[in-house]
Amino acid sequence: MSADAATELRIVGFLCNWCSYGGADTAGVGRFQQPTDLRVIRVPCSGRIDPLFIMKSLINGADGVLVSGCHPRDCHYSEGNFYARRRLEALKNFLPILGIDERRFSYTWVSASEGQKWQTVVSKFTEEIHELGHAPQINAERLAQAKAAMAAM
Amino acid sequence: MKIGVFVCHCGSNIAGTVDVATVAKEARKMPDVAFASDTMYACSEPGQDGIIEAIKEHKLDGVVVASCTPRMHEPTFRRTVERAGLNKYMFEMANIREHVSWIGKDTEANTAKAIDLVSMAAAKLVHNKGLTPKSFSVNKRVMVVGGGVAGIQAALDCADGGLEVVLVEKTPSIGGKMSKLDKTFPTVDCSSCILGPKMVDIAQHPNITLYTNAEIAEIQGYVGNFDITVNKKASYVDWEACTGCGLCTEKCPSKKSRDVFNEEIGTTTAINIPFPQAIPKKATIDAEFCRKLTNGKCGVCEKICPTKAIRFEQQDEPVSESVGAIVVATGYDLFDHTRYGEYGGGRYADVITSMQYERLLSASGPTGGHVKRPSDGKEPKNVVFIQCVGSRDKSVGRPYCSGFCCMYTAKQAILTKDHMPESQSYVFYMDIRAPGKMYDEFTRRAMEEYGTKYIRGRVSMIYPMGDKYIVRGADTLMGTQVEVEADMVVLAVGAEASKGAPQLAEKLRISYDSYGFYMESHPKLKPVETNTAGVYLAGCCQGPKDIPTSVGQGSASAAKVLALFSKDQLESDPQISEVDIKRCIGCGKCIETCPFGAIEEIDFRGMPKANVIETICQGCGICTSTCPQGAIQLQHFTDNQILAEVNVLCQQTLQQSFE
Repeated sequence: MSADAATELRIVGFLCNWCSYGGADTAGVGRFQQPTDLRVIRVPCSGRIDPLFIMKSLINGADGVLVSGCHPRDCHYSEGNFYARRRLEALKNFLPILGIDERRFSYTWVSASEGQKWQTVVSKFTEEIHELGHAPQINAERLAQAKAAMAAM
Repeated sequence: MKIGVFVCHCGSNIAGTVDVATVAKEARKMPDVAFASDTMYACSEPGQDGIIEAIKEHKLDGVVVASCTPRMHEPTFRRTVERAGLNKYMFEMANIREHVSWIGKDTEANTAKAIDLVSMAAAKLVHNKGLTPKSFSVNKRVMVVGGGVAGIQAALDCADGGLEVVLVEKTPSIGGKMSKLDKTFPTVDCSSCILGPKMVDIAQHPNITLYTNAEIAEIQGYVGNFDITVNKKASYVDWEACTGCGLCTEKCPSKKSRDVFNEEIGTTTAINIPFPQAIPKKATIDAEFCRKLTNGKCGVCEKICPTKAIRFEQQDEPVSESVGAIVVATGYDLFDHTRYGEYGGGRYADVITSMQYERLLSASGPTGGHVKRPSDGKEPKNVVFIQCVGSRDKSVGRPYCSGFCCMYTAKQAILTKDHMPESQSYVFYMDIRAPGKMYDEFTRRAMEEYGTKYIRGRVSMIYPMGDKYIVRGADTLMGTQVEVEADMVVLAVGAEASKGAPQLAEKLRISYDSYGFYMESHPKLKPVETNTAGVYLAGCCQGPKDIPTSVGQGSASAAKVLALFSKDQLESDPQISEVDIKRCIGCGKCIETCPFGAIEEIDFRGMPKANVIETICQGCGICTSTCPQGAIQLQHFTDNQILAEVNVLCQQTLQQSFE
């Protein structure tokens, strides 16, 4: 269960339809109890996830973002998760530059059969986000700082 | 836009831990929602009728159903809204069962989460567009991968149904594991007598093309139109010319080749025909042991062959096949018993696997059906069977029950008594699992009529004592340690996924579980379908099965193929990418990233532009997140639709925390 059920945080999950969404379903069917903080957005493939979606979530007030797709080499679309991995890894490096704690974003691979793994992944990530607490608001000043940092690069 | 929201109770499945009335009440406050109600079972006939009525009464433009996972009932509800006269893509689902009510017990938190999921679905629905599927023609040929009993049955059923069938088998002969069995449970009828005629039917059927000694190299395309490259491995024999006379196998001087068919009890010649009933009955050279191929000296078979069929220079040969559907029946492998060091498998000659014992029992086996100890050729008196070797054991990564080992052990115990009336069999077992028709009666016969002694408990070790073996284990019913003197020990090995199964799954774009068994689309209602349209499963590649179940699945997958091919035209999924030609700058990034080659460059008034080939696009959307212009958008999962979900979810919190 969530670290503190009273103060639920806002965690967005982007899940590919074939593996991880199925895995989350399997976890449900198996009644593997999980924290309630995470809300899932279903996408066809982890390769469909534009880093923009994650940035928008974090800037708009999400406390954490979790992406999950098919295991490498087991993609329904052959190689979508490889594109995802490269993009998400690049994004992860950019987050601190933008003033966002990179621990608020994580990606993982869960297959449709791995209900129990999904439970572990969600519980662990939710716990980590609870340790970080609410994300600080991103106001004009912080955005300006981030811009300056990027310009200096 | 006027949206209708229907919140399903699913009996107590959802209503037990989600306040569905509150979800419906909150939904009514959401933008564009014109109607919201809760319903007992949205998927039932009255539930669906209620949705249709509401669409008509309130002139709804779109529907959100908050119920189970879209992987279950999205097609059901899409048909419902279609029956009410809406486009079926004006529908969204909020998964408040698998993702809410079943994973949390806190009603308040669950209700809040359900409201969020409904508002996300409604926000996405606002951006939905009606989509129209296109039709494309179907290539009514089917490929069956794997020539075991499941694949044979699927191929015969399809061929009898009038389809052209291509059967691909990786070993030199079809027949699979069943062809190695002496007898089958619970009837004790001869395996090759019932399988043999089916194998011959495959060879003689005018609709079946058979490739043995061949493997799938590459698969392109989609349901209705797969293009497959089959790699025919070099057999070093021209099979057109070979008559299967067997002269070459008699004269071959290299007699140390692995006898795969006889489970490597004994050896065979470098050029061999795997077994007398092999289909096709053609010789194959084992390149590793052939003297001509290894050091260039020999060539006896070439000299003796009456039809001059030997081709030492033969290479692997790729063959292209176009089919509309694929049945995967790649079967299983047996557990490697040498991983149990305490049983001495691989160290003690007379500790053998169940399949090796099967070959010793078989009249066509290496001993002509006389059970002989591999060490000294003597007939054993006490035979000890050990069950669950590589089944129900987490420590070797095989926590699942292989299902058929209890039964084949009972069969082998019965056959042992038949072959050697003076013998005594012992079976160390964990549980007896005999749920099939006449199965329990069969194991009881083994105990009561044939006097097999069943001992409940695991064996802790086996060690040699003179020319015998001592099997030491627990008898958990007696609560004591037992030691049994054995002349021979048979390990009832379990099943594991076929080697190379994950690699084939990647080519087929189907999922497999953590053990390598292929995943069916739904564990109960779609047992032979996969998540890739046009690819079906049969037999043990999906999980361990006995012969009747494998045959049943073979026929089931054939029925699915025949149903698929009953239409001349298939409808394509319209959830594919679409190019906004005005925004496209012709950079070609989408063309480079598309895994399916579904995007081509076209000339549009002298400018290069991207164009999506509708029938090839699979709807993954990799192009959409690649396009720097946002010019190519995956329909039904556009940037705007996904961002609408993000916005409704996250900006709410932002507003809350600003307050």
